[in-house]
Amino acid sequence: MPATTRTVTDLTSTTKDGIGASPLRPDGTLKVTGEFAYSSDMWMEDMLWGATLRSPHPHAEILSIDITEALKVPGVEAVLTHEDVPGAKRYGLEFEDQPVLAYGKVRYKGEPVAIVAADHPETARRAMERVRVDYRVLEPITDSRRAAMDPQCPLVHEPGTIPDHPEYNQRGNRLRHQPIRTGDFTTGDPDAALEALRARADVIVADAYEVGMQDQAFLGPESGMAVPAEDGGVDLYVATQWLHVDQRQIAPALDLPQDKVRITLAGVGGAFGAREDLSMQIHACMLALHTRKPVKIVYNREESFYGHVHRHPAKMRYEHGALADGTLLYATAEVIVDGGAYASATPAVVGVASSLGLGPYEIPHARVDAYGVYTNNPPCGAMRGFGAVQACFAYESQMDRLADALGMHPVDLRVKNSMAQGSRIITGQEIDMPLPMADMLRQARDLPLPPDREDLPDPADSRTLPGGVAGTTRGEGVVRGIGYGVGLKNLCFSEGFDDYSTARVRLEVAGGEPVVLVHTAAAEVGQGLVTVKGQIARTELGVEKVVIAPADTGVGSAGSSSASRQSYMTGGAVRTACHAVRDEVYALARGRGHIPEGVGDDDLTLTGGKIVSRARGALVSLADLLDDGTVVEETREYHHRPTEMLDPTLGQGSSHTQFGMCVHRAVVDVDVELGLVKVIALDAVQDVGKILHPLQLIGQIQGGSTQGLGLALMEEIQVGDGQIRNPSFTDYLIPTILDTPPMRIEVLEHPDPHSPYGLRGAGEPPTLSSTPAVVAAVRAATGRALTHAPVRPEDIVGIPL
Amino acid sequence: MRFLSPSTLQEALEAKAEHPGAVPITGGTDVMVELNFDKHRPEVLLDLTRIPELTHWETTDDGHTRLGAAVPYTRVIAELPTLAPALAKASRTVASPQIRNRGTVGGNLGGASPAGDTHPPLLATDATIELASTRGRRRVKARDFYLSFRTTARQDDELITAILLPTPTGPQHFAKIGTRNAMVIAVTSFALALNGRDRTVGTGIGSAGPTPLRAEAAEDFLTHEIDWDAPGLLPETTVRRFGELVAAAARPIDDQRGSAAYRRHALSVMARRTLTWSITDYRKETAPCA
Repeated sequence: MPATTRTVTDLTSTTKDGIGASPLRPDGTLKVTGEFAYSSDMWMEDMLWGATLRSPHPHAEILSIDITEALKVPGVEAVLTHEDVPGAKRYGLEFEDQPVLAYGKVRYKGEPVAIVAADHPETARRAMERVRVDYRVLEPITDSRRAAMDPQCPLVHEPGTIPDHPEYNQRGNRLRHQPIRTGDFTTGDPDAALEALRARADVIVADAYEVGMQDQAFLGPESGMAVPAEDGGVDLYVATQWLHVDQRQIAPALDLPQDKVRITLAGVGGAFGAREDLSMQIHACMLALHTRKPVKIVYNREESFYGHVHRHPAKMRYEHGALADGTLLYATAEVIVDGGAYASATPAVVGVASSLGLGPYEIPHARVDAYGVYTNNPPCGAMRGFGAVQACFAYESQMDRLADALGMHPVDLRVKNSMAQGSRIITGQEIDMPLPMADMLRQARDLPLPPDREDLPDPADSRTLPGGVAGTTRGEGVVRGIGYGVGLKNLCFSEGFDDYSTARVRLEVAGGEPVVLVHTAAAEVGQGLVTVKGQIARTELGVEKVVIAPADTGVGSAGSSSASRQSYMTGGAVRTACHAVRDEVYALARGRGHIPEGVGDDDLTLTGGKIVSRARGALVSLADLLDDGTVVEETREYHHRPTEMLDPTLGQGSSHTQFGMCVHRAVVDVDVELGLVKVIALDAVQDVGKILHPLQLIGQIQGGSTQGLGLALMEEIQVGDGQIRNPSFTDYLIPTILDTPPMRIEVLEHPDPHSPYGLRGAGEPPTLSSTPAVVAAVRAATGRALTHAPVRPEDIVGIPL
Repeated sequence: MRFLSPSTLQEALEAKAEHPGAVPITGGTDVMVELNFDKHRPEVLLDLTRIPELTHWETTDDGHTRLGAAVPYTRVIAELPTLAPALAKASRTVASPQIRNRGTVGGNLGGASPAGDTHPPLLATDATIELASTRGRRRVKARDFYLSFRTTARQDDELITAILLPTPTGPQHFAKIGTRNAMVIAVTSFALALNGRDRTVGTGIGSAGPTPLRAEAAEDFLTHEIDWDAPGLLPETTVRRFGELVAAAARPIDDQRGSAAYRRHALSVMARRTLTWSITDYRKETAPCA
């Protein structure tokens, strides 16, 4: 790419460290020295700047769009509307329901209406101000419960315009309704069954819970550059999570075959699910193809809050009944997640929120109904934890409430009802891998506690107190609390989705030493996959120098960098391709007489750059074997075991690939008079099956725990009448280092027999359990019910909101 | 947009007289944000960072600290903890270390956001703002400076050159509510200063009204409740009444940072606590030497 600013390059590193060690990230030095080129840093000599005109209304009819004045602005090279979309006018991850550019109606505030390309961002902005759009403003549909339950509720999408999926029980604004029934709820009258179960229960706890709309809060805004190609196609450099699903959605909109839309991953500044949907991709390509010039689009921060999907806010009602000894008898749950104006990943989020809706507890009789609905609120989709986060806050809050009602320790109640290997979740799926939940809970409970406040060197040091250096307390009103949380998360894609990955591995000799090139389309979004791919290649092929090729669509799909799945899936693909290369190397060596008769492949390893026989030692070095320029290259796909759709009436089916679990214990100091919280400790026990990179793993667990802490205490996109009230990092608060406590992290390794190396995805589980643990600790300190996450100061001091 | 960078105050004042709409810039921590958000497109930016007079502080013969308008918060925190305790404490709560290295008290006054962290201490300690123009210099009490939302007594051709801080003769405290433990805009804030020499009390309220506010009824109440010669611990009813009067002086709204009811509640708590700390400090200061 003829760019002045370096965009994407090979990452080369040389080390002995294979899996289990903690080698440096190959992109680490570039990132910490500020030299790494993120997608927003790309620059070309003759490029144009794209900008997006967005709807100011959450719901309105578009009467007319007049671009005449905008086109007159000097320096403007294109102003495009829905009329200029070359192909399919709508796209989407699961349902093709989202307009490339709005036509007929706008359904959320911030929906793209027109796009501009100009010689300078300021020119583009001025041109946008001159696009005249006449709207007829409509009443927005903003109450997700009404959208789910009220047959009279107006529709966000006109009847017949949404793809029909009977398996999702669609009706009105319901995108998906997934019921799950077990035990006595499967037969006869469910209400009578509930009454009979209530009569048998010694203790019943019930409440309504809410989880607010959380933002992924990545730091690198949506950005990329589209470059028109000689062949009529387009080359797109973009920060995304899944190159091939972008390609699948972009090409039809441009009316191009898939292979004419070539995508290369540009530097990604965080993702957390928010880049799973398209943002500026099609727009930049349209402008580039129209102007025949490279077009760069970078969202600003406020625009970014409107330009990507968020975590679904949830309204939930739960009821649990238990026997006097704590044994759970039944549970019911109603979970409504607000999908906003377009479907995005909502159906899959409902699949997770329902199947994992009651968590990792043995419950003989379960009735769960999860709904995903359309409204005129901002669209919601993938975010770390994906439907399991919302349910976990509710069921863990219920477990604490139940423990309180029974007079039991919260850990004892959880242990009493804990699942284990061989248990079946409420969908009937067996957990056929280790799940030492009871041990993990006890281990978390027994971790050393942080010192009491009076034992600190200076108990009045404001940095240790709620409010920090803002100086609101010297200890007045401060009460300590401890809380626990545990969550169960599906890892890899679920419900029949074959989210395979592909890897191309090449072994050759360059400059007298063996070098491995690993090429996949897997998105490095900060999680450290580039490190892990190199470690796997080193472990499997016994070389030190590894080149990680840029991720692009020149190789088969790697699936998404989401669902905690890339170590499993792309790790599995790299390992499988390495094995194919290894076998080819053995065959080559055998053909050239380096391997004695009678020595089978089972007796061989690739170690230290040599083929080594266990019995006879080193046989030949790779440098010698491949000295003639021989290149060994293999491409392999890796598929996880198949999964099933949940059935639409009883919600039964083995829908998940793998399960992950984390347990948290939070210790907080709460200023109960001011409603301010300082988290003192946030300790975790997590089973990851097999540790691939200890340092990166700890980073994942710390990051996930902190993101959950944010949801517990401060992170909420405030939406009123379809409008975001805090679209900035001034008012959307995420934890700073002073909000982030020391974390003791205990990692267990019980291998999953179904996965590569026995590993389990690790990124998401801590995000589930940390939120309820922190809120439980605040409850313990305040005695308040705290049914809304995040907990607001008003909730703690008792001011109604 | 023109960018003027005078090297003397006189040149700056002449530039401001010639371009009354010019926006002065020192740290840029407010101005650049507004420019980036396209909220303002001033014709002229007037860079004041090269003017030596604005970037140092000194003590004056009449018992004041004269703080140049462009002295960054970092220096206020490090150099004025004794001469301006409440202002130094408030400066410590501003944003992040990087921003404290750039941001200035003069900038806070120029922007005059009701959420600005330095306003409550300036009100509570009865500071004076020095304004200059080609017409000359004048002084305005902080208590007369804030006129309405983001509007101050500064005339268009004037620059804020200095803040005159009376030398403390009693304890000063500042407390600020944020929903995280650092880097946060005030949900509300409160400053309290006891002036032992004049036997007066000063208060300042931030982020709970269209302008920074004083709680004058609370000041009057407390002035008469304190035994200035032999201060004793105040009865709980007095402390509580002070908190109520401070809360009553606020004129908060509901917004994305917090509810009006919470702001009033938090002000009453901060008022009670800062009063208790101040009385404790004052008793130590006035206790006869053993």
